[in-house]
Amino acid sequence: MNSQAYNDKVVRQFSIMTVVWGIVGMLVGVIIAAQLMWPALNFDLPWLSYARLRPLHTNAVIFAFGGSALMATAFYVVQRTCHARLFSDGLAAFVFWGWQLIIVAAAVTLPLGLTQGKEYAELIWPIDIAIALVWVAFAVVFFGTIAKRTVKHIYVANWFYGAFILTVALLHIVNSLAIPTSLTHSYPVYAGAVDAMVQWWYGHNAVGFFLTAGFLGMMYYFVPKQAERPIYSYRLSVVHFWALISIYMWAGPHHLHYSAVPDWAQSLGMVFSLILLAPSWGGMINGIMTLSGAWHKLRNDPILKFMIVSLSFYGMSTFEGPMMSIKTVNSLSHFTDWTIGHVHSGALGWVAMMTVGALYCLIPRLYGRTSMYSVKLIDIHFWTTTIGVVLYIAAMWIAGVMQGLMWRATNDDGTLTYTFIESLNATYPYYFVRLLGGVLVLGGMFIMAYNTWKTATDKGAVDNPVLEPSPAT
Amino acid sequence: MNLMSETWHWVVIVITAVNILACWWLIRWSSAQGDSSKGDNDTLDHVWDENLQERNQPLPRWWLILFYGTIIWGFGYLIAYPGMGNFAGTLGWSQEGQWQAEVDAVDDIYAEKYARLAALDWDDLVASDEAMLTASRLFAANCTTCHGSDGGGAVGFPSLRDSEWNWGSDYDSIQATIVNGRIGVMPPWGPALGGDQGVAEMVQYVLSLSGSDHDPAMAAKGQAKWTMCLACHGPDGKGNQALGAPDLTNNIWQYGGSEADLAHSIAIGRNGEMPAHKDLLSAEKIKLLSAYVGSLGDSDGS
Repeated sequence: MNSQAYNDKVVRQFSIMTVVWGIVGMLVGVIIAAQLMWPALNFDLPWLSYARLRPLHTNAVIFAFGGSALMATAFYVVQRTCHARLFSDGLAAFVFWGWQLIIVAAAVTLPLGLTQGKEYAELIWPIDIAIALVWVAFAVVFFGTIAKRTVKHIYVANWFYGAFILTVALLHIVNSLAIPTSLTHSYPVYAGAVDAMVQWWYGHNAVGFFLTAGFLGMMYYFVPKQAERPIYSYRLSVVHFWALISIYMWAGPHHLHYSAVPDWAQSLGMVFSLILLAPSWGGMINGIMTLSGAWHKLRNDPILKFMIVSLSFYGMSTFEGPMMSIKTVNSLSHFTDWTIGHVHSGALGWVAMMTVGALYCLIPRLYGRTSMYSVKLIDIHFWTTTIGVVLYIAAMWIAGVMQGLMWRATNDDGTLTYTFIESLNATYPYYFVRLLGGVLVLGGMFIMAYNTWKTATDKGAVDNPVLEPSPAT
Repeated sequence: MNLMSETWHWVVIVITAVNILACWWLIRWSSAQGDSSKGDNDTLDHVWDENLQERNQPLPRWWLILFYGTIIWGFGYLIAYPGMGNFAGTLGWSQEGQWQAEVDAVDDIYAEKYARLAALDWDDLVASDEAMLTASRLFAANCTTCHGSDGGGAVGFPSLRDSEWNWGSDYDSIQATIVNGRIGVMPPWGPALGGDQGVAEMVQYVLSLSGSDHDPAMAAKGQAKWTMCLACHGPDGKGNQALGAPDLTNNIWQYGGSEADLAHSIAIGRNGEMPAHKDLLSAEKIKLLSAYVGSLGDSDGS
């Protein structure tokens, strides 16, 4: 009998903060969605202007909500599948408090207008250095735990978490290289088209490794766990893992079609984006087919519903992405709200729904219960989120395609049919539907917060013992 | 033009080909492994965390076809289009070439129309419904962001509908404004006027020029310093279109006519720029636009 317990304290901390940052990040999203409807909602205050709140929204949902979810589940999963306590409790605590401090620093600096101006990498250089330090500590704790595992084989979820941790370190450090000119300002070491290439190599792989590989790691543990079914195909996971991580690296230039980036780089970005379709779908197949033989569980397990709908959105947006990377399609979709719709079908549909499903699965286990306080509330959360996401992305699809068509429409004398302001005017109804969708998703998060509160305060925190490995392993 | 050295050219080709072929090999190798799981519940003999197990189902056939298909298509694309380093592709496609072809195609269709309309003199242009319809559309697409959908302007951007023309209201001047752009600079006069008090006095005098409400005593003090202003705005404040100095007697204010706005203009100055459009629009389109803009406001024409 192993007398040690898992370090569930850091998992609890990150899990609770995932819910908190989810509400904060989505609330900021709802505010800026409302500002697009009613611009006066910035109250003429620079700190509340759209241009400053938008990066606050993206940073909060990706790095605060998504990041906390990835760290919570990575620490949870790596301990369970290595049958070992975390490599270092001190470093794990450093990762938690460091990451929270970075988030608070972001929430202060971005509204103040302090930014590097690189999308998804807006934070100023001192915060960038802090991120690098915390991230290295995260990597040490994770891989240290892998190293002290008491089973021979490394479970598939850990491959994906590992790839996510290593690659994000590389992406962040290379893209953030800068020469400081003051405590709050710096210039990137790259110039012109090279800077754009590095930025979108980072930007797209932030999607590929932070929002895809990391969450595939989450999927590979929590879907079979919740479904109580074996993973569909080991060899499919091997194939799509290596294909996914190698092909994703190249896809960035599809953000820079018809630009100063050379034709050859744009083409490679597009070709690799299309080849990426099959490796991306490998994860969806493995997740959904894991349910084969257990389809009936979808009827009354709202956690599985979250996971399966999440995988469906994953499949949909990883199909849509390659299509949008085709130059001809991109010439219509670029700069339109179609891109916003695409991002949110990935971020809300895939990332947020998988996160919520995983949290509903692990939170009761951290507080000595077998299930959440109310399964009924999980079901209500599932429906508000699903309806909200569908409203959101359908509105943005229609708005985006409409904008693209309006911008290129010409009269019989070759002049443009519409001014920009007319396309904006035509978008208002869709902005309203999008806002409605966002409010539903945010409302669901409040339901989750209540359910989490009731679950956590029922019996209180419980640290689970480290399980002996099964004899077969 | 070759963008990269021979070495980098080959580096790009080799790592591109190796990465894609490695995927090909990976799926070939994996699907050649045979079917090691027999039934629906036949799992590999690893177990993690009590009950996590893996089956080893074969790669779905439709998925394999999709994967092979995208790889074959990818190589085909990289043969036809630029991608493999300096290799330009067999189709000779480039984004500049595509753009030029689209521009040429449009020019082929409309060149005759624009040449015919641009040959008209100003009055005939303004009288031509065909020309003014096209010009209004060009205005909507190119000018409204600053000057407003109706040409009414905005703070900092002159109205094109009123009687004031900073740089001249005849069609030729308007055309020159669009072709080469204009830079209208009001220098900062705060220190020279003796700070806030001097600025406030000058504001009162400027208000008096257009007959607006003002403090006569302060205005008189401001008037004493008018020599600083008259080089551009003239002895009577009527302005000078050769310099783009606005008329101050007509109660039309490009940067706002409140005391605070005027104090800002005088103390801190203003810097207005109309961008040059000669590289953005053809000469024929600019001529149409000039006629249209001239027709909007109280232009004296010709």
